[in-house]
Amino acid sequence: MFRRLPDAAAGPLVPVTIDGQGVMVPEGESAAAAALAAGMVPTRTTPVSGAPRAPWCMMGVCFECLMEIDGEPNMQGCMVPVRAGMVIRRQEGARRLPAMPGTSHEAAGASLGAASGAPAAAPANPQG
Amino acid sequence: MVSGPGEGHYAKPGLATEEESFDFVVVGSGPAGMAAASEAMRRGLSTLLLDEQPAAGGQIYRGIEAAADKPAHFARLGADYQHGRALATRLRDSGAVLRYGAFVWEITKDRRLTVSREGRSTLVHAGQILLATGALERPVPIPGWTLPGVMTAGAAQILLKTAGQVPAGRAVLAGSGPLLYLLAAQLIEAGAPPVILVETQPADNWMRALPHLPRALRNPALLKKGLGLLKTIRGAGVSRFAGATDLEALAGEDGRVRALSFMRRGRRVEVECDLLLLHEGVIPNMNLALALGCASRWSDTRLAFEPETDEWFQSSVEGVAIAGDGAGIEGAQAAEQQGRIAALGAAMRLGRITRAEAEAEAVPPREALAGWRGARPFLEALYRPADGQRIPSRADVIVCRCEEVTVADIRDAVATGALGPNQAKAFTRCGMGPCQGRMCGPTVTALIGQIRGVPPEEVGYYRLRPPLKPIPLAEIAAMAVASGGERQDAIRDRLPGGG
Repeated sequence: MFRRLPDAAAGPLVPVTIDGQGVMVPEGESAAAAALAAGMVPTRTTPVSGAPRAPWCMMGVCFECLMEIDGEPNMQGCMVPVRAGMVIRRQEGARRLPAMPGTSHEAAGASLGAASGAPAAAPANPQG
Repeated sequence: MVSGPGEGHYAKPGLATEEESFDFVVVGSGPAGMAAASEAMRRGLSTLLLDEQPAAGGQIYRGIEAAADKPAHFARLGADYQHGRALATRLRDSGAVLRYGAFVWEITKDRRLTVSREGRSTLVHAGQILLATGALERPVPIPGWTLPGVMTAGAAQILLKTAGQVPAGRAVLAGSGPLLYLLAAQLIEAGAPPVILVETQPADNWMRALPHLPRALRNPALLKKGLGLLKTIRGAGVSRFAGATDLEALAGEDGRVRALSFMRRGRRVEVECDLLLLHEGVIPNMNLALALGCASRWSDTRLAFEPETDEWFQSSVEGVAIAGDGAGIEGAQAAEQQGRIAALGAAMRLGRITRAEAEAEAVPPREALAGWRGARPFLEALYRPADGQRIPSRADVIVCRCEEVTVADIRDAVATGALGPNQAKAFTRCGMGPCQGRMCGPTVTALIGQIRGVPPEEVGYYRLRPPLKPIPLAEIAAMAVASGGERQDAIRDRLPGGG
């Protein structure tokens, strides 16, 4: 859907995986921008009806660019800069709640701010 | 935890390390925020600037410092954008503490901010606060606006500024407002011209704009710039279709947008495209101000709720100012002047300068602000969005993108007794998704007003509550642990059903 101008890249090329494909992406570009340039469209399907969606605002407001980044679901792709080795995946429907030993799903995955059981929290620690 | 340089002034001994204090905390690093932080440092206020984005600039000067390192790219983006570089440099040199990737998810009336950054939430106490949260694009709820390949014009501009990306296929620009012309010209400069520009502002807008033209001509630079953009668009052979109504984004077999369909002169026109970029102007991004309880009123000329502010841009909440587009859309140049005035007001309220000093220092920015304001009434009238672009009529149009609530759902809610957005939310889940009503709020208010036949101020807006963005419970719980339990009460108040 988008292509990069040759003289305006955000940074040096680094290897990342987008939708299962290894690609070289300018470091510092947002994960959502990288997904659009790589043609990973839709970037998610909705938890309500499974409808395909892709980024709308690119400024952190609309939450349409929710995607899975380095195994963490519900990341706002437009707010996460690309780094070497990043793995970007489409988010299908409702996010999967991470199974954490000794905790219930509610405790592990619950978040405030979105009453919806669907897309919700950004991970506590995106870099692991 | 890094402490601010001026923590001594407001430091509260005995609190956990996660708390710090500053004389002046600015939320947002667009033109208003950058100018305010620089001005405040000049007045000796310890200043913290917070922004959710990874660098200074806001949306108008998005990625300004990185772009300045790429000469060809920087040149293409034009003089208005380049103006932001000096602001960013001044901010960097000001000595203000700058924190990016920082999201303020709560502010209390006693000026305590809760800030999430890198997965940790901490508390900041502020002597004075400036909300410089800027604008967001008005939703454009046409049929098919949720299809992949339909985005805002602003989104395409952000991709150009920050990633040097341009549309790869056939791009159609549609809507109303100067940003469409600017984006079209920028894409032409970048060698990726749009296929066509479809304009939706009603033809009789001209009649209402004309009386404001003499005042606008007092600052002719702005209008001259607009005419220059139109010349660029014409020169590149990009057609403009004026007077379009009943827009619809059509889906292809792959589920992406395939074409834009619209009515013009009584006939339906269809234009094939790979990318549809919509725009119907911008509105204040007020979520933080509304959640704090700042008083607001409806502007019928700008078709948006706006906070009430005094001559120093102080809101109805003592010690909390709102400047820039977040206080009412007036553009980047005006925002910069407002930021300076707001910082002087903060310094005055903190007793660092006298009222007489503040008044004297505020003369130049106030004069500049008046100059930049001159053209606004003309532009507001000329590009006032058509009702049809703002208030969807077809029953199946999605109003709330997050929860997929349609026009029919909202009509049902009103028919069963919902008088305003908060009841509609309870009935339909509209506004309950992760964007917290930012994408549907203006539409829900307008739609309910239309159905009930009452003005927007009577309909009202969503009642917003912190956290203003989804925050993991674990992050909030970690605050309690780190604070040794002292903040438990405050934290319990934030839990659903708490307090």
